[in-house]
Amino acid sequence: MKNVLEDIIEPPLDRTIANRNMDVRVQDIPGWGMDADPDNDPTYPMKRSNGADHERLNYVKAPQQRRDMEVLRSIERPNITRVFGTSTPPSGLSGIIRRYAYKFSEATATHWMTLILADRVDVIQGKINDLKNGILPNPWVERGWKAEWKHNRPAFVTRMTVTALVITAGILLLTRKSRTKQIVNS
Amino acid sequence: MAFSGYAHTGGGYDGGQGEYVRVPYADVSPTKIPEGMDIEDAVLLTDVVPTGYQAAEQAGIQKGDTVVVFGAGPIGIMAARCAWLFGAGRVIIIDHIDYRLEFAKKYSYCEAYNFKEMNDPVVFVKKLTDWYGADVCIDAVGCEAVGHGLQDITGRMLLQAGSATAFHWAVNSVKKGGIVSIIGVYGPPWNLAPLGSIMNKGITIRANQASVKRLLPKLIDHVMSGRLNPKGLISHRIPLEEVSDAYRMFSKKLDNIIKPLLIPPRAAYAA
Repeated sequence: MKNVLEDIIEPPLDRTIANRNMDVRVQDIPGWGMDADPDNDPTYPMKRSNGADHERLNYVKAPQQRRDMEVLRSIERPNITRVFGTSTPPSGLSGIIRRYAYKFSEATATHWMTLILADRVDVIQGKINDLKNGILPNPWVERGWKAEWKHNRPAFVTRMTVTALVITAGILLLTRKSRTKQIVNS
Repeated sequence: MAFSGYAHTGGGYDGGQGEYVRVPYADVSPTKIPEGMDIEDAVLLTDVVPTGYQAAEQAGIQKGDTVVVFGAGPIGIMAARCAWLFGAGRVIIIDHIDYRLEFAKKYSYCEAYNFKEMNDPVVFVKKLTDWYGADVCIDAVGCEAVGHGLQDITGRMLLQAGSATAFHWAVNSVKKGGIVSIIGVYGPPWNLAPLGSIMNKGITIRANQASVKRLLPKLIDHVMSGRLNPKGLISHRIPLEEVSDAYRMFSKKLDNIIKPLLIPPRAAYAA
């Protein structure tokens, strides 16, 4: 594997370098800070300044949540976050896909598109698990169709009818093609 | 929208690269060159200096901030130089052209890194900034960026207006609640932009064409006082008749070009 810059630098250095610059380098840089304007900060007053933005290394960190399951970590940070979600630990094929996604940073399409794929796979895994446990899909309850029936009945009925027609047409088309193929082959 | 020198997509106004120019709103827009100012400094005060300065100004840089500039062209180099005027604690420039990075290091007193030597520039910036991200990121590249396959392909296929790679990196490299300043040129239609990251990280985006006239009094003072040295950016002086060569050299980064200056024939005769 080639030696990349990310592997060469050693954090934490940012504040050390910035503070050193402000002590030493600014003397070499003509006009350093002369146009600084505390009022020219578009993030305020949305974010109320306490003047300690750069003391970020010194804040008291929250206690680490106990980890008793696999937690995926972004490569943009050295450790897992202090608190993390436990609702959907990686498992099965979806988990394999998610582990792959976390090899890439959030700046990559691969990260997000792979996670979306993993999410879709997880839905199918969930349905299979439901069936294994004797739970049948119930869209009437799970997809809020009951509310649609009550509050939006004409549109709901139209949509369901169109969907049923499209599915029926699709099935008929596929079966006709296979019948034609059989006739040609015979 | 309308801009001078942007062909028909920007309103069809002529640019200024000629022996003579027609100046719209000439009663307000020109500024008299001060006595004693070098003409080459004055030329760069019409575009490169205000644009680079405004990139830093609109970035809302606060004292001690870490500023990352994407793009080591003349504007990015000037933005990096001007970031110090606003009290930056650390200025980092990222590009893929080594000679420009070497130039930026000296001219802008900044750290300079080649993204071709990184696996992922965003992870690099995060690690460089103690895993928090930069306080401020400046996109000084615009729609001609390279470095991201999906952006490159969709840009070339005209599915978006060029490539928004630098903007993408800027949004992902800045800290949560940070500021991204766009000074690189983008076309009017649309680009692939990480709106989800902008919203979820609470990022402030500031962007504009340079307010040249507004900034000139302050910048003239910086130049006359020696705090800024625009002329130092000029690497080539090319006759106006060879303007096509100048553009080719600039776009292909030939002969270690940084900033070419076009010399009109009359100016050459006068010299």
